[in-house]
Amino acid sequence: MKYKYDPKRIREVLGKKVQFLLGDMACVYGGLLAGCSFFGGYPITPASEVAEGMARRLPRVGGTYIQMEDEIGSMAAVIGAAWGGAKSMTATSGPGFSLMMENYGFAAMTETPCVIVNVQRTGPSTGQPTLGAQGDMMQVRWGTHGDFEALALAPSTVQECMDFTIEAFNLSEKYRNPACVMTDGEVGHLRERIIIPDEKDLKIIDRVTATIDKEKYIPFTNSQTRKSKVPDFATFGTGYRTYVTGLTHNEKGFPATDKQPDHERLVKRITTKITDDADKLVMVEQLNLDDADVAFVTYGATARPAESAMEMGRKNGIKVGLLRLKIVWPFPDKLVTNLAKDVDKIIVPEMNLGQMVHPVREFAENHCEVISAPKIGGEMHLPMELYKYLEGK
Amino acid sequence: MKKDIRVCGFGGQGVILSGFIIGKAASVFMDYHAVQSQSYGPEARGGAARSEIIISDEKIGYPRPIGVDYLVAMSQESFDTYRDDIRDDAVIIVDSDLVKKHDIGRPLYKVQAQKIAEELGNKIVTNIVMVGAFTSIFGLLKTEAVKESVIDSVPKRFTELNIKAFERGLEAGKNAVKEL
Repeated sequence: MKYKYDPKRIREVLGKKVQFLLGDMACVYGGLLAGCSFFGGYPITPASEVAEGMARRLPRVGGTYIQMEDEIGSMAAVIGAAWGGAKSMTATSGPGFSLMMENYGFAAMTETPCVIVNVQRTGPSTGQPTLGAQGDMMQVRWGTHGDFEALALAPSTVQECMDFTIEAFNLSEKYRNPACVMTDGEVGHLRERIIIPDEKDLKIIDRVTATIDKEKYIPFTNSQTRKSKVPDFATFGTGYRTYVTGLTHNEKGFPATDKQPDHERLVKRITTKITDDADKLVMVEQLNLDDADVAFVTYGATARPAESAMEMGRKNGIKVGLLRLKIVWPFPDKLVTNLAKDVDKIIVPEMNLGQMVHPVREFAENHCEVISAPKIGGEMHLPMELYKYLEGK
Repeated sequence: MKKDIRVCGFGGQGVILSGFIIGKAASVFMDYHAVQSQSYGPEARGGAARSEIIISDEKIGYPRPIGVDYLVAMSQESFDTYRDDIRDDAVIIVDSDLVKKHDIGRPLYKVQAQKIAEELGNKIVTNIVMVGAFTSIFGLLKTEAVKESVIDSVPKRFTELNIKAFERGLEAGKNAVKEL
């Protein structure tokens, strides 16, 4: 059966508008609502529920689910599906994400839209399978070799697991770049109320397909139909001639590996197509920052105890605010610089030994003190543990 | 209002489902905010399992309980393991057949949930009997909301059995209150 995006049918399959839902399952809902019609994956705790949810529901909307032999194959299948014209996704956790790194780079280099949900658990290696962490925040940015731009979102609630998976698809389609939903075992395995948007409230972005005369089509250059560095997408079977390779390629897609300008032209275009829009891509929540002397800069699960700690601080007369990054990469550098000018201290709580604290420090540019508040071992920070940082203890 | 609830037992008893039903009743069939989290060992069956729910009329930040207001225990191991951090005034329900050593020097409610489930013909609804007892003893959630949540959460072909189990649980809860 050929997949046709039918939001009415998808809403029927998802069921009631208000549900008490698991974070992982909310990623499934987000994917289906965005028009995902292909899932290639390999189950892994704590992301297995995403695969399970997709396996049950994708066939009911006319999509395809494949359990691959491993995560290398999963990522390859997802890329192939995208070139076959599908919106595609996979879901994994740390060990699988490591295996996906090679093809993650291939997707960036070949400008393949696709979505990876990473329900992070502790590492390195197999770590603590059932427990959450935020240890892959730098891997998503730098884990594959070479120069590329990451698109990564970090949900703090079950609702955001759904919303951000839709957003990841939108960004991925818009920029023809892989996009990652960097959730974690805490939020992925949490249940909360979610409200599923009605058909009319869905904002879905689709890739711009090639429409130009087939003889004039150039597959790897600025769009030929609008002002954009993102090429029009001619997927396989549409009659356009496209050659796809991870080697440095010329505008026609053919390997061009021995001249510096060819590489620079290509990689500058696939990175600046995203960085040119960096200001537009900022997605944050700002709480109590107007008069703040000290601020948490936080993301994902950790934002929750940070918000609780902020409330404790406010009750005790501490002028504390919070900046929550919804999109983590591209990093909102100007916003962080401006915040650093306004406050005396920034605290960065993370369920790792200090990762996002590095770009925060870089862009705080010595305007204020930046403190890392790490916690590892599969447990979230207690609000009291973060409150102590406010008291300077 | 903010209440921290823990339901615990052994893996396979439906501890997670009971927490799911309670959280859903509060946040879908009533207007509270609720989060439910869970912890379990690597074993699929057996071992101590727990499901934790926070119900609040305000947005919930940190999603795990800090201290417990309501404890429901369906196995000795889980009762022994998961009561260190309960509050001094915490209200406790145990299945007195499954938690034989429950004399900890404080009053608690006793419900023979598994026995009632067996009387109904299927031990599998022990957890739903407990959800019923939870509802009438704690008085935190509306009976109708929890009942709707039960119906919404169990397979259709078992609706009737589960409603019976829920209602017997409500009644057992009321009796336990009288006995205390």
